[in-house]
Amino acid sequence: MDLNYGAEYEDFRREVQAFCKEYQGVSFKSDSNDNNMSDALSGSSATKKSKKEVTRSDWQQILIEKGFIARAIPKEYGGYGGETDIIKSRIIATEFSKAKVPGGMGGQGIDMLVPTLLEWGSEEQKQKYIRPTLHGEMIWCQGYSEPNAGSDLASLQTKGELIDGNWVINGQKIWTSTAQYSQMMFCLVRTEPQAPKHSGISFILIPMDTPGIEIRPLVDMTLKAGFNEVFFDDVTVPEENIVAKRGEGWSVANSVLGHERGSLADPNATMNRLNTLINMMKEQTIDGRRLIDIPSYRDRLMQVQGKVMASQAHSLRLLSSKINPGQNVKLGGMIQKLVGTELRHELEGLAIDVLGEIGTLYEDSPYLKEDGSFQFTYMYFLGLIIGGGTNQIQKNIISERGLGMPKEPKVTEAS
Amino acid sequence: MFFGLSEEQEQFQDYVKKFLADNVTVDEIRKITNGEDEALAKEIYSGLINLGINALLVPEEHGGLGADLLSAVAVAQGLGSGVGPIPFAGAYVMAPIAINLAGSDEQKAKYLPQIVSNENKFGVGLSEYVAAREDAGIDLSNGKANGKALFVIDGDAADYFLLANKGGVLFLVDAKDKGIEITKLTSVDKTRSYLELNLKNAAAEVLPGSESDSEIAKKVLDAGRIIFAADSLGASESMIEKAVSYAKERKQFNRVIGSFQAVKHMCAEMASDLEPCYAMLWQAAHSFDHEPDEARLQACQAKSHISEVAKMVSKKATEVHGGMGFTDLLGLHYWFKRIGLNRQLLGGPELIREEAAEIQGFNQ
Repeated sequence: MDLNYGAEYEDFRREVQAFCKEYQGVSFKSDSNDNNMSDALSGSSATKKSKKEVTRSDWQQILIEKGFIARAIPKEYGGYGGETDIIKSRIIATEFSKAKVPGGMGGQGIDMLVPTLLEWGSEEQKQKYIRPTLHGEMIWCQGYSEPNAGSDLASLQTKGELIDGNWVINGQKIWTSTAQYSQMMFCLVRTEPQAPKHSGISFILIPMDTPGIEIRPLVDMTLKAGFNEVFFDDVTVPEENIVAKRGEGWSVANSVLGHERGSLADPNATMNRLNTLINMMKEQTIDGRRLIDIPSYRDRLMQVQGKVMASQAHSLRLLSSKINPGQNVKLGGMIQKLVGTELRHELEGLAIDVLGEIGTLYEDSPYLKEDGSFQFTYMYFLGLIIGGGTNQIQKNIISERGLGMPKEPKVTEAS
Repeated sequence: MFFGLSEEQEQFQDYVKKFLADNVTVDEIRKITNGEDEALAKEIYSGLINLGINALLVPEEHGGLGADLLSAVAVAQGLGSGVGPIPFAGAYVMAPIAINLAGSDEQKAKYLPQIVSNENKFGVGLSEYVAAREDAGIDLSNGKANGKALFVIDGDAADYFLLANKGGVLFLVDAKDKGIEITKLTSVDKTRSYLELNLKNAAAEVLPGSESDSEIAKKVLDAGRIIFAADSLGASESMIEKAVSYAKERKQFNRVIGSFQAVKHMCAEMASDLEPCYAMLWQAAHSFDHEPDEARLQACQAKSHISEVAKMVSKKATEVHGGMGFTDLLGLHYWFKRIGLNRQLLGGPELIREEAAEIQGFNQ
């Protein structure tokens, strides 16, 4: 066991700390599409009333120049052009989180599409899409799920036909978040109807202003963050908008799905939310008694703290396994989505319970605590428990790939 | 940066696991715990002593290996996974740590080499220091100990007992002292022994460091809690392995039951709740030696959290085995019961969480 990162990294940590100090309290001009709960989700707090105001895309530029984001993305595509360094990434995440300085933008474009293009895209595609995406100028949405293709995603039916050098696309996608703000969609389309289901899919990039696209909002239970349904009626895009070859779409999509699952429950964010909860329990009272002095509430708090501490330690072990090849963390990565989303849901739910009726207040009600973020996040994480591969699907993956248990026998069509 | 057990620590753990796997089958555990084969019990005990598990925490200057608590954790995981029917947490972890931290130079020079040679063995009774039940508790005055200690661990063949009064003053009493009356307690866990001591004017040899520094008793307690957590982690790991392999073999409805999602999901839940416990445990052990500010909280949370996860695992793994899981024949219950005792020893989860809250200044 050696928890030191070494002198070089301690220098780097000081550099990050100095940066965080300089930008403490930074906030965003209202040019962004964020809903006001994004800070609660990430556990950070870009306060509304602050000294330093920047636009989201300026902030992206500042972070890229420092190498705090887009670190390993080549300069020619708008990145920092450095080496992948997991320890530095970890230090950046930890220090930003501690100082409550907002990190870089997330979203489907930056988190999913950019790594996909780096791995699979043509040179033209990399040149054209990565830079504006990194700078927050090109927002992407993901067109994967369909009404009849949820957990069984590979059964998707949205059809793409190559006609006169163009893909003509017809069908429907669902659960498409940010579709209404997006300039582009990366979409899974069935282009080879004769092929077996996993090898008949292609990965196609679609400008959202193409005629024939209709977006219908699908409001979720938080009434804040929204999904959409997206309908395609003879939507026509150039042939070169395909990423990789025809029929390779399933492999392309799967190569980055792991990224999404891991990022759904960041342990730093969870630790920040725990601290928010602890502070709240020291301030709020029942009959003049602090919430934290009520033994049953305190015990539940300590139970959640135990789980958060386990998660934090576990993320260090995962980090270690990336630096030290050969370290066995067979199951370690697979459990992150399941354990992380359930833990966040439990933590936010505890905050509601200790607040009692007050904990149910929402939107702009009087007596709202932490802007109602406990209720919002409690519900939002229920969404994440279902989304990104339901937690039941996660349990299938863990038992089959992690524990080597057999797959469920296939039900034959005839029966 | 490396987060985990070192190669040597893993190797040590593998030796322990292999020794237990080769020598201690369920039939043998049954014989030993029924007291039917004392020779076998001795053979297993001395086999593990030959691996050096007793000398781990004794400093090199006293003939030991001078290892850190993480090494003892690696061993304890191994002992838990094979429900090793031998003393460890008290005799070879808490006792050497207490003597080393609080003993005088003479006491260290006398007792620590005896732990290495295993010629004198130590039982440990700190239950009343944590939470006194049944009017137990020991008063210490003028070098005499009076009172009652319950759930003294590793005391079966002990030559000395390490005890504490309510103020955390640690002291030794000779097991042959005429003022000691020893009664065996029968718990569900028969893989280890639990004693009651009644002391009437027994001669107490105080470890003087613990009089001036009340943190030492807590440190000894932290070590014991971390080791019981490690034992439960090992036992849980083993129960999951048994459940998964049973589910891959047992057939019903013309399929192995491990292909049913109801069974798979139970196994996935056990594995995914247990997996972060490794890191939590190792970090607590690491902090014990290297991060004193974090150590107490981590020891408390590791003990309480791992106890909760282990309880869940012991239930679900038994359920996966169906009716066989409930039988004595299969012997799964030895693991179930060991986890049950580890959970309560040196403080159950609720008591320890309350301590964790106190450490952080939460309850005023």
